[in-house]
Amino acid sequence: MPSLKDLKNRISSVKSTQKITKAMQMVAAAKLKRAQDAATAARPYAERMAAVLANLSASAGAGGPKLLAGTGSDQTHLVVVMTAERGLAGGFNTYTAKLARQTIIALQGEGKTVKVLTVGKKGREQLKRDFADLFIGHVDLSSVKGDDFSEPAIALGKNLTTRFEDGEFDVATLIYSQFKNVLSQVPTAQQLIPAAAPADAETIDLGGAIYRYEPSEDAILEALLPRYINTQILSALLEGSAGFFASQMTAMDNATRNAGEMIDSLELQYNRARQAQITKELIEIISGAEAL
Amino acid sequence: MADKLHFSLVSPAKELFSGEVDHVIAPGSDGEFGVLVNHAPFMTTLRNGVVRVLEGDTVKMRIFVRGGFADITSAGLTILAEEARMLDDVKTEDVQAEMEATLLKIQSLDKDDSNRAILQEHYDYLESLKAALVH
Repeated sequence: MPSLKDLKNRISSVKSTQKITKAMQMVAAAKLKRAQDAATAARPYAERMAAVLANLSASAGAGGPKLLAGTGSDQTHLVVVMTAERGLAGGFNTYTAKLARQTIIALQGEGKTVKVLTVGKKGREQLKRDFADLFIGHVDLSSVKGDDFSEPAIALGKNLTTRFEDGEFDVATLIYSQFKNVLSQVPTAQQLIPAAAPADAETIDLGGAIYRYEPSEDAILEALLPRYINTQILSALLEGSAGFFASQMTAMDNATRNAGEMIDSLELQYNRARQAQITKELIEIISGAEAL
Repeated sequence: MADKLHFSLVSPAKELFSGEVDHVIAPGSDGEFGVLVNHAPFMTTLRNGVVRVLEGDTVKMRIFVRGGFADITSAGLTILAEEARMLDDVKTEDVQAEMEATLLKIQSLDKDDSNRAILQEHYDYLESLKAALVH
């Protein structure tokens, strides 16, 4: 049975924890708003880009550049895992890392060579134990301020295309957390290289008219593909960041509520202990008086 | 709809414009070109320059774009720009200040830093933006 003083200390400690989680929830909510706006604003570009690529690749056929057609082999896979730099966001990082782990194991089961590139510290920490020898690189996002992910996205895109051209891998898969809404973030695996236009991208029926290309179809594809990859990385980063804050907000909301429940039950226990002590003292006094 | 061109200009950061216009003049990499409604399907890369949107014969809007693509289909004209700014919202002093800041950043980096090329590209972009402002 804890003493009254112990209970009092515990109550005040839970209360200060609650204050912290409450503050974190509010900060995450404010940041979520901005991240969500940035993710939504980036969507039209990504969609149009996908539509343009779908048009182009439909007419380019199989003979397109390597980034589109692939190397002709799929022996070496690169898995790019995107997680957050920080934790305290419920299962956000764990779920993404879990999907990454499953993907890696499935690929290894098929006898493929797997390499891993991590973005964000948390995913790296979680995958380190099992797959540390597969790591070929890491991108640190802690220096990114606000939602300006365009520079790291371009740098990562360049990094990947260079590695691809050097023949380090045949297929690159991006694993990130897709932001559905505030309550649901879905870990998603998406093929990045060779670039594939999403199946649901709208293609415009030209009614038999022939596209004209300037300077040439190949030149356009060559300029478009790296940008398409950058765009996909950027939107994955933006969705990830929105998802992270949403997940953190939900987690902190739960933590605040749990702390509230804990305080209630501790206060009940405290009051009971206090009453028990008063009763005990009264009994002592009364039985003392009766003994006289 | 029949006599108006559907034009949209998007950059990775946001959709700058989407709507019906009469005439758009854009800086293609092989030369400037104008687009009216019912243009034949056409796709080109863009160089840094000004996209002009015309309503009748008057220039309604001037947007500075850095690189990207123009895609013309029966549905209209879509410009995908790497970076785009409304020219009327840009101030020469701001561009000058940004140019100086970028130059300082370039000088502080090592010669073979990969960021250097990116910054240099940004600097060139600002320079052409400044040139566009003068006119």
